[in-house]
Amino acid sequence: MNLSFTVNRRARTLDIDPRVSLLDALRDHLHLTGSKKGCDHGQCGACTVLVNGRRINSCLSLAVMHEGDEIVTVEGLSDGAPSPLQAAFVKHDGFQCGFCTPGQLCSATGMLDEIAEGWPSHASADLDGPYELTQAELSERMSGNLCRCSCYPGINAAIRETAGTGDAT
Amino acid sequence: MTLDLKVDGQSEERAEAFAQGLLGTALDRPDGVLKVTGAAVYAADDVPEGCAYGMLVRAPGFGAIEVGNADEVRAMPGVLAVIRDKRMVRNAAQGTANAAPVQGVDSADYVGQPVALVVAESFEAARHAAQALQLRTDGGPLPVNPGDVETEGEPDTTGDLDAAMAEAPHRLDVTYTTPSMTSAPMEPHAAVAWWEGDALTVRSALQMLKYNRNELADSLGIDPAKVRLLAPYVGGGFGSKLGIAAEAVAAAIAAQDLGRPVRVVQHRRQVFETVTRRSETRQRLRLAADRTGKLSGIGQEAWVSNLPGEVFQEPVTQATAFAYGAVHRVIGERLERLHRPAAGSVRAPGEAVGVTILECAMDELANDIGIDPVELRLRNIPDTDPEGGIPFSSHMLAEALKTGARRFGWSDRAPKPRARREGEWWIGTGMSAAFRVNVMMEAEARIALSPEGAVVETDMTDIGTGTYAILTQIAGEALGLPAEKVEVRLGDTTYPPGSGSGGSWGAATTGNAVWLAAQEIRAELARRMECGEGELTLKDGTATCGNRRVALADLLDGATLEGHGHIEAGDAFSKVRQSTFGAHFAEVAVNDVTGEVRVRRMSGTFAAGRILNEKTARSQCHGGLTWGIGMALTEGMVHDRRDGHIVNRDLAEYHMAVNADVPPLDVHFLEERDPWAGPLMSKGIGELGICGAAAAVLNAIHHACGVRVRDLPATPDRVLAGLEE
Repeated sequence: MNLSFTVNRRARTLDIDPRVSLLDALRDHLHLTGSKKGCDHGQCGACTVLVNGRRINSCLSLAVMHEGDEIVTVEGLSDGAPSPLQAAFVKHDGFQCGFCTPGQLCSATGMLDEIAEGWPSHASADLDGPYELTQAELSERMSGNLCRCSCYPGINAAIRETAGTGDAT
Repeated sequence: MTLDLKVDGQSEERAEAFAQGLLGTALDRPDGVLKVTGAAVYAADDVPEGCAYGMLVRAPGFGAIEVGNADEVRAMPGVLAVIRDKRMVRNAAQGTANAAPVQGVDSADYVGQPVALVVAESFEAARHAAQALQLRTDGGPLPVNPGDVETEGEPDTTGDLDAAMAEAPHRLDVTYTTPSMTSAPMEPHAAVAWWEGDALTVRSALQMLKYNRNELADSLGIDPAKVRLLAPYVGGGFGSKLGIAAEAVAAAIAAQDLGRPVRVVQHRRQVFETVTRRSETRQRLRLAADRTGKLSGIGQEAWVSNLPGEVFQEPVTQATAFAYGAVHRVIGERLERLHRPAAGSVRAPGEAVGVTILECAMDELANDIGIDPVELRLRNIPDTDPEGGIPFSSHMLAEALKTGARRFGWSDRAPKPRARREGEWWIGTGMSAAFRVNVMMEAEARIALSPEGAVVETDMTDIGTGTYAILTQIAGEALGLPAEKVEVRLGDTTYPPGSGSGGSWGAATTGNAVWLAAQEIRAELARRMECGEGELTLKDGTATCGNRRVALADLLDGATLEGHGHIEAGDAFSKVRQSTFGAHFAEVAVNDVTGEVRVRRMSGTFAAGRILNEKTARSQCHGGLTWGIGMALTEGMVHDRRDGHIVNRDLAEYHMAVNADVPPLDVHFLEERDPWAGPLMSKGIGELGICGAAAAVLNAIHHACGVRVRDLPATPDRVLAGLEE
């Protein structure tokens, strides 16, 4: 099937098997291998990308469902130099093996927008924001992204620093 | 030229006098920018032109395999081959095996064994065909449950523990169980294989390339010199990538059969089955103590399992042997041969579950006697290794316990359980000691110093441990170069053989090889400066002797200077007992209504000789503490009682700790240099953090609400059952 969409601000077209997931389209067809396949089941979050600004597990979505969509992967978060969030991950050692990191970064980017837009979470006291990026909100909203190296302290510190809410406590 | 060192005794401190100031600092990972921008290349990322895609197929049961529809599957669109080759491996090789694991596809020894590989033009076609392949097994019952078979081996006995127990005013005799656990690195096992003539190259996710090369060559029946392995970036290991695994062997076979590159990535559910698990354990703990808590007897007997043909036996009690002094002892394991998926090393094999349960028992004893748990440990620290009578190279437990207690605020603790309540929640604190044997292996490394800087090469891996960072620091410190002038190249068997990553030995072993390579270069630079090596100061690319200072570039005169280091463990590892030590403290809240446990804070104080990089070492310890939370509260594989298969073989059903499960973690390192551990005086830190961490949580649960959970993990149903008693 033919597919036209935008990936990291660049128009792309593919003639693709309808069984190909968005993740595999990015990795194996567009050679954007920053997005990782940790489970292919929507259970780990390593494949998280932004679709029209919203974070999704790209392994759970077929590529051909994304006609006309705007996709941003970890490769699209930076423009030459690492973004402030990416630099903060390095500074705070928000990763060890680095395999979940692209998903953490895309997820954090989407998450910060969600909280700014007043989306509630399980950790929210009510359904009518606005919400502050407390540690409880951050941890709850980032728990879809597993890190077996367990760099959560560094991940949290990096996100909080980037969001201007100070080091994690 | 090579500078060789067999570590037979104590080393002299040298690094302290060096001028660069790089060693031990919290240097950012040099590989960091590649990892946060998605540019680091992992095993499955770089697909060569013309690559085909393979999917492993699992045995649905035991016994002889019969394939129902291979011809139909071969005729499916895009399918290139259905491969069932006797060289395919049953399960991943054990760590440092250096030879092929059990091979064959004619019958399955466990449910989930890979017995076929379907190869197709695309991943989607291969997956579809693999799902369509009909496999039947002729079955027959095989033992899969603990207690079903005779055991192999007996614990070591010293003195008369039964008599000591009978005489002791305080005695404890309890049995704990821990379930099978999995490593679950975020990167599933993957390999891309291609042949050029009779030479094979495999990009794979592996921890120990020099062993893995021999394991792969032996599996295929070819000369190891014809095998090149690449693993520059590895998405976690935790023991699961110690040995060559099913996908790499299958990819190599398929690539040879088809005459084109083949990529095989294990599906997450396959990783759970084909890669070695941490054995379930049943542990009987016996402690005999006088009225002051001084131990006269210690017993830790463990029952563990593995598949027939596997040499690995979970070394549950290896630290118990030297942890506490007691005259009367029964310590060791018994092995049951069960047809569950193979068992092997998972982060801190032995201590992770052995120290944890020992430390739960120590907490029970302290509670029975009515003395502080920290004090009970302090009263039982042995002067020498209770097993061999040899001295400890260093013994930092007392300092770790005291420092850790102070940092955590332990002195405020109520002596009795069920003393603090906040609404529905019971609040309590617990602690544990940490022990982990220190091991050195053999490693080589090469440094090429040119006017542009130093290039370090070894086939060592960085599985997230920070190897790129610490080898940069070691070379930079010894050669007087800032970090940006040092390039570390890893994960390629064309480089000198490193130690591999495992057993916490990577940093000290391969680090010392790099150190020696740098010393060889230093000696030559000193010769050119016409001074003794001890008088040579190297800093920021200059060499200074007395009142002479020369730029390294001038000393090199445009040429490259090579150093080669080779280190191996010698008598220093038998003359003294080498261990790392630590102390864990945890505060938990236990919900009186639901039995839910939340860890509110944790603190770990650790001693592991020189800390090479404060930042990466801290992250390793964060990992250990977090794994302790998982072990205590949520992690466990469920085996089907009928056929032993793993029921919860994915990341939604096997519950590792997630962001919201992990509270603020306080990690503190004690200043230490262990001269017996090699020239860098550094010991392993990668596993110490998990050793006993779960015990601190479990002991805190007891202190909070009075419930002693002896079958891990302490899931709400188990805690609630105790609360209702």
